[in-house]
Amino acid sequence: MIPGSFDYHRPASLDAAISLLASLGEEARVVAGGHSLIPMMKLRMAVPEHLIDLQDIDDLKGIAINAGTITIGAMTTQAELIASAELESACPIIKETALLIADPQVRNVGTIGGNVANGDPGNDMPALMQALDAQYVLQGSGGSREVSARDFYEAAYFTAIEDGEILTAVRFATPAAGHGYAYFKQKRKIGDYATAAAAVILTIDGGTCSSASIALTNVGDTPLFAQAAGEALIGSSLDQGAVAAAVEAAKAITDPVADGRGPAGFRTHIAGVMVGRAIACAAERAN
Amino acid sequence: MSKINVRMTVNGTEVEKSAEPRTLLIHFLREELNLTGPHIGCDTSHCGACTVDLNGKSVKSCTIFVGQADGAEITTIEGISGADGTLHALQVAFKDNHALQCGFCTPGMITRGYRLLQENPNPTDDEIRHGISGNLCRCTGYQNIVKAIRIAAEQLNTAEEAAE
Amino acid sequence: MNDQTIPPAAERAAALQGLGSSRKRVEDARFTQGKGNYVDDIKLPGMLFGDFARSSHGHARIKSINKEAALAVPGVIAVLTAEDLKPLNLHYMPTLAGDVQAVLADEKVLFQNQEIAFVVAEDRYAAADGVELIEVEYEELPALVDPFKAMDDDAPLLREDIKDKMDGAHGPRKHYNHIFYWEEGDKEGTDKALAESDVVVEELITYPRCHPSPIETCGCVASMDKINGKLTIWGTFQAPHAVRTVASLITNIAEHNIRIVSPDIGGGFGNKVGVYPGYICAAVASIVTGVPVKWIEDKIENLTATAFARDYHMTGKIGATKDGKITALSCNVLADHGAFDACADPTQFPAGFFSICTGSYDIPVAHCGVDGVYTNKAPGGVAYRCSFRVTEAAYMIERMIDILARKMDMDPAELRMKNFIKKEQFPYTSALGWEYDSGDYHTAMEKAMETVGYKALRAEQVENRAAFARGETRALMGVGVAFFTEIVGAGPVKNCDILGLGMFDSCEIRIHPTGSAIARVGTISQGQGHATTFPQILASEIGLPAEDITVEEGDTDTAPYGLGTYGSRTTPVAGAAAAMAGRKIRAKAQMIAAYLLEVHDGDLEWDVDRFQVKGNPEKFKTMKELAFAAYSQAIPGIEPGLEAVSYYDPPNMTYPFGAYICVVDVDVDTGVVDVRRFYALDDCGTRINPMIIEGQVHGGLTEALAIAMGQEISYDAMGNVKGGSLMDYYLPTAVETPVWETDHTVTPSPHHPIGAKGVGESPNVGGVPAFSNAVNDAFAHLGLTHTQMPHDHWRVWQTAQRLGVTG
Repeated sequence: MIPGSFDYHRPASLDAAISLLASLGEEARVVAGGHSLIPMMKLRMAVPEHLIDLQDIDDLKGIAINAGTITIGAMTTQAELIASAELESACPIIKETALLIADPQVRNVGTIGGNVANGDPGNDMPALMQALDAQYVLQGSGGSREVSARDFYEAAYFTAIEDGEILTAVRFATPAAGHGYAYFKQKRKIGDYATAAAAVILTIDGGTCSSASIALTNVGDTPLFAQAAGEALIGSSLDQGAVAAAVEAAKAITDPVADGRGPAGFRTHIAGVMVGRAIACAAERAN
Repeated sequence: MSKINVRMTVNGTEVEKSAEPRTLLIHFLREELNLTGPHIGCDTSHCGACTVDLNGKSVKSCTIFVGQADGAEITTIEGISGADGTLHALQVAFKDNHALQCGFCTPGMITRGYRLLQENPNPTDDEIRHGISGNLCRCTGYQNIVKAIRIAAEQLNTAEEAAE
Repeated sequence: MNDQTIPPAAERAAALQGLGSSRKRVEDARFTQGKGNYVDDIKLPGMLFGDFARSSHGHARIKSINKEAALAVPGVIAVLTAEDLKPLNLHYMPTLAGDVQAVLADEKVLFQNQEIAFVVAEDRYAAADGVELIEVEYEELPALVDPFKAMDDDAPLLREDIKDKMDGAHGPRKHYNHIFYWEEGDKEGTDKALAESDVVVEELITYPRCHPSPIETCGCVASMDKINGKLTIWGTFQAPHAVRTVASLITNIAEHNIRIVSPDIGGGFGNKVGVYPGYICAAVASIVTGVPVKWIEDKIENLTATAFARDYHMTGKIGATKDGKITALSCNVLADHGAFDACADPTQFPAGFFSICTGSYDIPVAHCGVDGVYTNKAPGGVAYRCSFRVTEAAYMIERMIDILARKMDMDPAELRMKNFIKKEQFPYTSALGWEYDSGDYHTAMEKAMETVGYKALRAEQVENRAAFARGETRALMGVGVAFFTEIVGAGPVKNCDILGLGMFDSCEIRIHPTGSAIARVGTISQGQGHATTFPQILASEIGLPAEDITVEEGDTDTAPYGLGTYGSRTTPVAGAAAAMAGRKIRAKAQMIAAYLLEVHDGDLEWDVDRFQVKGNPEKFKTMKELAFAAYSQAIPGIEPGLEAVSYYDPPNMTYPFGAYICVVDVDVDTGVVDVRRFYALDDCGTRINPMIIEGQVHGGLTEALAIAMGQEISYDAMGNVKGGSLMDYYLPTAVETPVWETDHTVTPSPHHPIGAKGVGESPNVGGVPAFSNAVNDAFAHLGLTHTQMPHDHWRVWQTAQRLGVTG
């Protein structure tokens, strides 16, 4: 499995990367960790003429937690997300999710930016970003803009990112102290994409669920923000009826393909099971 | 497409070569540097036979272009033992505990274990299993690999305590 | 003279590290330091690289192949197609099963990823670029995917090359897509006994198509030395000598001018037994270009084009008396062989040793029949870590026994105990004609049940089912029991051959003057540790320390002829050859000792590492001394030197057996099966190296887990292969793999020189039914008779849903 030929660029700054991208046009692709793009290139399903490697751009790295906002640079690896004690304390579901992605070697190079930007419905971080109501910071030659994770995904590998733009960071409000969270993922083995996975973030106030957001991985051609499922929980005591309603609401928006993980009906069913279990786990963790 | 010049430190030696940008790191190591310890198994970043240490992290060299590794410090299985030829505790423990059979996954497995034990010097068996979950072995069923890594950890810790 | 204090025999024996010693492996020094020498590590001056353009269709006519664009790629040297091979008569090659296989697709493609053109280039990058630019124009044809439709009147004709040849390699063909029918046993008697049985159960048991998938794929380097007229091929060959003979027959190069070398092999498991188009194309390309040519397949090619395993659809029928004594067994099999019959079986056994399907049970009458058919799938049918078709047979009988037990409301372990062949019945001739050499099944089964606390497990299961019914748990506990008997060590030349080559094996030993030795054998390790264990056999036979004995294998220029390593045949056949060669050494040494000690050779006795004078152990000569004498003294009537060769033709197969018990917890809502416990008791006769045996069992069980729980190479209706990469094809990681418990009993083979039987494949053979029985058992109380493998999440959940427990 040998990729086609390309020219390699490694700009030292974001501006340089953006101007390269502008000048090279649509035959150029940016590469972060490359663990989605390079396998596609080895299969010659992607044949870019130019690769722009973002690894030298310091502006794209790091985790900043301040004033109720968490900002994660696009080039932050999954391993760095896992290793950050501050992030674990402020938003533990990131680590929980990252640990379910691929394997240690892949997490050492795979980045959050690559995971959310490439539009692969099998990736785990997009649904989590939707559950967290994250904003993606996109920068192009015309400047910077933000797009909500919930609006970013259009179809498999099609996103709101415009030609010439680079996703530079993800940003979201620090979840409330005491929030409950869980990312549940069923997969066939380590390294597999989800048969179905669910991210749940909720808060409980005096026994009543005061906020809830739920999103699903790999049961549609995009990650799915299950708004109705979250709403079904808000105001409830997370009783059986409310959870069942949330599960049904989540299942209703799924549209998975049949693949080696099972037919569509099974994957929808598993999405429901993951949602139910993630809610239970999140409720347990909330205080 | 123009060739690029790459420099890296491999097993402590600085190398500089020109290469096609699309050259995969595993091919660069094996074909250009004749370091045939790391192997190609699956080509799709699942099996981990190509695992090398890059800037202090385990990576799969079948899914990294040589340009991405420009400037990097790389350790392969050939660089795990001491400069005087003394075997690393993992190399000894793999042999002593029958942690390999055909040997094809072994370089990647040991190279991964080498980094794992620096990340987590006292891993539980479960942590070892997760730690090597990016490396497939078809022969051993992993049981003796887990055991060998655990024993190597104990030996490295004992040696470190003795040195203190 | 000799030392006054002679160390005790036990101490001297221990120092030899012979039979029974958990000797550390000598191979490991190079492997742990990255100094193995696998085929892709070989780099020769001027070497080119070959890569295949492959079919994108399952069944299509090739209208044209355009290689111009590929030839224009810088670095591309040549492109071979069937048209180029035809003048050499190499566009087809013989398979091990008496069929022919297209080396490069000739006018038609018959499976997806079939080889169409071989692009030869300066390196693998240029070769891949060339492959991208090969243009093939196809006319699509209807694909035949379902083997049950292969012999329909309107089935698509697959093999136009043999459509008029209705006498196949194994008898008449019933249909143009039929390959053979093979049967064994008494059909009439079986039907009658079944009709008269109190209880009869029947079930279609499918063993899906899977693939051995070693981490190292197949490959070779072919180098034609035109000056000396010698062709050397280094490659991933489990049977290098057979490859040499085949290569000679199809290329017309004299056999002495062909050298086949198997370097280190990164796992085989049956995948590397066959001869593949890549080998032929690399050899032709080297002959044409005059420089070495390397071909290494990638993992996707490996999974989709080189030998698959299983794909047996087995309808078992078993009868019993009302108190549970089995009366008869019949089994009819539909075998999907893919587009060419490239099955690796001894010639007279087109369905391998499937007739071992009566298993470990004393069944009075039986019959089995196997129909092989062509489909638009990759060829193969290799023994994936098992003796020929033995794992299919073991899976069928072990599932059928469980199904019978369920029908009779008997405990499956109890039903097995009731029907086991008894210890005193050995040697036992089965209803299908095999002579089982030795066994003690009751002892093994009782030990297994006691160790795992079988009764307590069943009691716990009763509790679990009650708790499940009360809604307190969503997990069902299953206990899987399997008791297998393997038939390995092919085999006696009288009935076992491959392409006419008798399945003996060989060992040649040279003792050096200073008392160390080199042994060469006709086999080849793919991880089994031959360099460690052959010296152990020899150490016990000739009294030299194992560490002073080097083993060499895999180079046909130096190793004696042998049939290679697969089917657990190395220990039973080559291991026996080693012991016999060792005995020849010892016999000559005894004559030398008699001369040196000035006694009659009959007055000497062997004692661990020396000959001593009977009744006077102070008077002795060690083997080391005798070795030196063989090279230094003129001994009347005895030739100088100390060497021996043995070609061993085994009188019978060996029959390893074992009792496996598996405990699983099945989450009915997700279909996830958690293996809580797995206990494996193996009896492989005399144990050469317990450490290596245990390692083999761990590995085989992990393969069994993979097969039972997830491995499947499937095709869609168009003949597109699904799941042909490691994203989908299930190779468990350390996380999915449970901790294995191993145990053993020892029942030596009476006919093997050291009593050893072979073990490498037992855990695959016994493991698969143990896992499958456990999953089936979890649902048994709900009325489940049988659910098909692999027991992946979806299928398990579907079963739960079918039984109405998914909520």
